[in-house]
Amino acid sequence: MAQLQLREALRRAMVEEMRRDDRVFLMGEEVANYDGAYKVSQGMLEEFGERRIIDTPISENGFVGLGVGAAMAGLRPIIEVMTWNFSLVAYDQIINNAAKIVQMTAGQYTVPMVIRGPNGAAENLGSQHSQALESIFAHFPGLKVVSTSTPADAYGLLKSAIRDPDPVIFMESELAYGVKGEVPDDETLIPLGEAVTRREGSDLTLVSWNKQIFSCLEAADVLQKEYGISAQVLDLRTIRPLDEQALYDAVARTHRMVIVQEGFPFAGIAAEISARVQEACFDALDAPILRVTNLDLNQPYATNLEKLVIPSVARIIQAARAVCNR
Amino acid sequence: MSEGETSYEPSRDELLEWYRQMALIRRFEELAAKAYTQRKILGFCHLYIGQEAVAVGASAALEPTDVVVSAYREHGHILARGTSPRAVMAELFGKGTGITQGVGGSMHLADRERNFWGGYGIVGGHLTLATGAAFAARYRQDEQVSLVYFGDGAAQQGAFFESLLLAQLWKLPVVFLCENNYYAMGTSIERYSALQDMSLRGDGVGMKRWQFQGFDVAEVYDNVKRAVDYARSGEGPVILEAVTYRYRGHSMSDPAKYRKKGELDDVKKKDALELVRDRLAAMGVDQDTLDQVKAEVNEIAQDAYDFAESSPDPDPARLYDYTYAPDAGDDDNVEA
Repeated sequence: MAQLQLREALRRAMVEEMRRDDRVFLMGEEVANYDGAYKVSQGMLEEFGERRIIDTPISENGFVGLGVGAAMAGLRPIIEVMTWNFSLVAYDQIINNAAKIVQMTAGQYTVPMVIRGPNGAAENLGSQHSQALESIFAHFPGLKVVSTSTPADAYGLLKSAIRDPDPVIFMESELAYGVKGEVPDDETLIPLGEAVTRREGSDLTLVSWNKQIFSCLEAADVLQKEYGISAQVLDLRTIRPLDEQALYDAVARTHRMVIVQEGFPFAGIAAEISARVQEACFDALDAPILRVTNLDLNQPYATNLEKLVIPSVARIIQAARAVCNR
Repeated sequence: MSEGETSYEPSRDELLEWYRQMALIRRFEELAAKAYTQRKILGFCHLYIGQEAVAVGASAALEPTDVVVSAYREHGHILARGTSPRAVMAELFGKGTGITQGVGGSMHLADRERNFWGGYGIVGGHLTLATGAAFAARYRQDEQVSLVYFGDGAAQQGAFFESLLLAQLWKLPVVFLCENNYYAMGTSIERYSALQDMSLRGDGVGMKRWQFQGFDVAEVYDNVKRAVDYARSGEGPVILEAVTYRYRGHSMSDPAKYRKKGELDDVKKKDALELVRDRLAAMGVDQDTLDQVKAEVNEIAQDAYDFAESSPDPDPARLYDYTYAPDAGDDDNVEA
């Protein structure tokens, strides 16, 4: 097992897939000469050259759409968006083209592409650079949405995403790029659509994904030590397709659930999960499902205000105690 | 001679074949209009009548391996590419025998066998796909060119500009073919654009560009062929504007009351079908031959209508079949 940073794990996945399959290329702003805005693609230009590691102008609508066309033509594009916030200018290409081409052509054309980049707040980046946007992509049939936490997961999931025949929205985390974790030395693929239990527990289930997993694990430690509450932490990893069975199994075991979601609460992923779990498992629930999300506000700049807006360990603990009545 | 002019002289057989295709498109569209008023075709239905010379001339300039991308006024484009009129009409009728099995409809006709990548309904949003196809062609170092049709309205979109930008930056083999019919839905060109020749937009990115008259099919063929040859040679993309006009409204629900008085009658004086008939007559083709072509295409169009009408509805059991790739998980074609 090697200890890799998240960015290194992502890079290893891309490098291995590009060595394996000439159809795979990486395109985006600053991915080549600059070595990646967050150094995810560091050194890749040197190995693969300008044909396959391609810098673009600042025109997401154009190069995301070009990626859709290249995928229809049979290539396997990896399109990097510098942050998911910037993907919004390419939203039409993702929603009206990538997500719909298989269906509109009755399966004559497919769109095997990955669009990847960091998602969610970093620190003090203000309103336009701090959004967690899973819900506005997971909303659409035709897309798959991955939002990854650990380096090992990022490695295994990105490899699966690159080989997947459909458009995959692949969300990373700027704050977690430097976080280290063990990654298997052997090639390992993690299938899309499978959640994983990060910590076993019996009193409630904390459901999350992406970097909020680390807050949940921290909260679970405190809950155990200070309140004697045993929290399971379930990492969804893939938002669409959603591993509903893992959610239902968790509720059958712990009977209580808190969903921790970075991003706005209104019509968010947590709301969707909450609805599905109560529809399927109402009798198994001993308490209402609670959500811990961003406050319903755009992100402020100042540190003290920012910390109030995004989910915190303290708010997770508070919600967990509430559903357990302790 | 400027770039938009032509001295190309088609052969009698070539021109007769183009006439046949243009007459088929017109008759097909007339029957589509009829079916729409009968509520056999539903939703939006954008007819191509008046613009036939562009689709037929442009298609003749392409190889079967070239990629064609279009927008939502694409019945003529797909027919000119050789797709079965039955499969196209059945699609308009929303039948299971349609070219996209009743899933796509009038605005989303696609035929992979003929590299027709589809009709797209978001104005300007499909131009990126042609740059992607051209990128893939260059990546694989094959000889394929992509041609994308769009209207004058689409040349106001960001996706249009960014597609031009990337295509020119990387010298991709794309021909951007604007069919300027002088209306973006009901807004006339002088009311929404300071420039009226949309090929001028190419100047902003340094792209080779020119404008030509899109009523004479031989002129269209020659202009598009020169652009396609240029793109195929690796010189880079070209943006063309074909000056044309649509006789019907934007869609079947539009009576086109925004036109100036007499405008349509003036344009009809250079009707594309009459032009080609006149040229054929001048080449010595007799009236009987022309009438025979017309009778043949009327029959083909009527057969398409009858086929569509008698076809079964799409099978509801297939409703979920095409949200994701049908061969999910298949990764057999790796070229390691």
